[in-house]
Amino acid sequence: MESIIEKAREKLGNKVKNYFKKNEKRHYLEINPHDIIECTKIMFNGLESRFITATGVHLRTGFEIMYHFSYDKTGEVITLRVYLNEKDKPEIDSITPLIRGAEWIEREIWEMLGINFKNHPNMKRLLLAEDWPEGKYPLRQTEK
Amino acid sequence: MEEEKKKQTVIPIGPYHPLQEEPEFFKLFVNGEKVEKLDIEIGYNHRGIEKISESKHFDQVAFTVERICGICSTSHPFAYVNAVEDLAGIEVTDRTKYIRSIVGELERLHSHLLWLGLAGHFIGYNTVWMWVWKAREPLLDVMEYITGNRQHYSMFKIGGVRLDILNEDIPRMEKMLDGLLPYIDLFKGAVMDDPVIQARAKGICPLTKKEAIDFCAVGPLARASGVDIDIRRDNPYAAYGMVDWKVITAVNGDIFDKIVVRVLEMYESVKIIRGCLNGLKKEPEGNFDLKIKNIPAGEGIGRHEAPRGEVFHFVRSDGSNRPVRHKIRAPSYVNVPTNEITAIKGTISDAAITLGAVDPCYCCTERCVVIDKNTNKKILGGSDLIKLSQEKTRELKKKMGITE
Repeated sequence: MESIIEKAREKLGNKVKNYFKKNEKRHYLEINPHDIIECTKIMFNGLESRFITATGVHLRTGFEIMYHFSYDKTGEVITLRVYLNEKDKPEIDSITPLIRGAEWIEREIWEMLGINFKNHPNMKRLLLAEDWPEGKYPLRQTEK
Repeated sequence: MEEEKKKQTVIPIGPYHPLQEEPEFFKLFVNGEKVEKLDIEIGYNHRGIEKISESKHFDQVAFTVERICGICSTSHPFAYVNAVEDLAGIEVTDRTKYIRSIVGELERLHSHLLWLGLAGHFIGYNTVWMWVWKAREPLLDVMEYITGNRQHYSMFKIGGVRLDILNEDIPRMEKMLDGLLPYIDLFKGAVMDDPVIQARAKGICPLTKKEAIDFCAVGPLARASGVDIDIRRDNPYAAYGMVDWKVITAVNGDIFDKIVVRVLEMYESVKIIRGCLNGLKKEPEGNFDLKIKNIPAGEGIGRHEAPRGEVFHFVRSDGSNRPVRHKIRAPSYVNVPTNEITAIKGTISDAAITLGAVDPCYCCTERCVVIDKNTNKKILGGSDLIKLSQEKTRELKKKMGITE
């Protein structure tokens, strides 16, 4: 089976700012936050890869979200990496309108890291208790 | 409209379940018998394992993540060591690969058996339940024999496994598999040939292929809907690429197909274990641990096909002895939301088996209560819901002229 990464890079074109190949099956592509909807469309609808999940990370400079896509025909995992250079109120477009399977993970990242997903259809707490204080995000590095 | 709303009955299912990593709380909005809407709430047992993991050494994390789930306890360490080995570029020995696959498949067998027994119980086949428990016991004995534990085997470590499987133990395992096969035949017959199970499960609450893809469903659930994915074949790890087996799929995605896929998968698991045992015989004993000391900086992604589907682990290291970020995604995280569309295709008496067919853990469903929204009065309890499901089977039998 032919590798999908070349096709993905070609379709994503100049939206890819940075490409890192860990090994044959693991690829990381850095894109701009405002391109996330376009790129998700290409990955999910165009290339028919499966959305696995997203990983949110708190950095010194802001936040990072990694959208992991799996192309099951070749077993490759392509990760779209997004940096949000905003320390207090990070925001990005929600991909849930495109992929229903992304609803829970966006809700989780929102409550754990405080990243707002614009146009998310059902933004409410997923894992944290109802009485958890507002504005306190457990996965931020400032929390011990 | 307001009047209509008042009349609506809400059936809460849940919320707490001690076995699974994600205790669920299902709110069934019903109109008479028909389920109209389903709300899912989770998080009752959120333990913050991702955060805990950041404060543990790489070696300790393998045993920490094992505590995420009791039924598929080896899936998480399996995916975790895959992730760290991907990060550090470690290639383990063939003996390690075989042992890992054997433990993974033994676990799949006991997990599928457990599911089958409970599914039988839900639709009123308590005999199946009892038979399954009998068949599952020798499996757990073998697990205890080779790992020291019936559950939480603690077999996995970065670069190897904790214990070797001695070649002299192999005949004992082969004997167990020989004893298990007639049972799987029995269950297969019980499911495939029984007209009542067919009537009870065929065409009930199907998940279509498109819906499965939209929800990014994984595992037997997706395969029953015709989505041909299996990490063991698609992205081979451990010994899955070294032995002969095939991926089981079905087309309809209804309860029946979900049962069939799981039953047939058990044959494949037996095949994989046999292949691995044969492979083990050719490998020198004792060559099962690379004794990895340092993990370099970098990122790694590890996946494992757990009994319920793909487990995903992402590990980032900064070169210290702890992960700086460890993301975990269990299969139920993407599978459970599919209930939002499958449950509304059926009635309350189908709800127990529909929610169960996803293979979350069962005590959630055991803790069902039906509450009238107007009066807040309890109408049905968890045991009543199962009774309702079992009665439906009994009525079907009567209609078909089968006496109990």
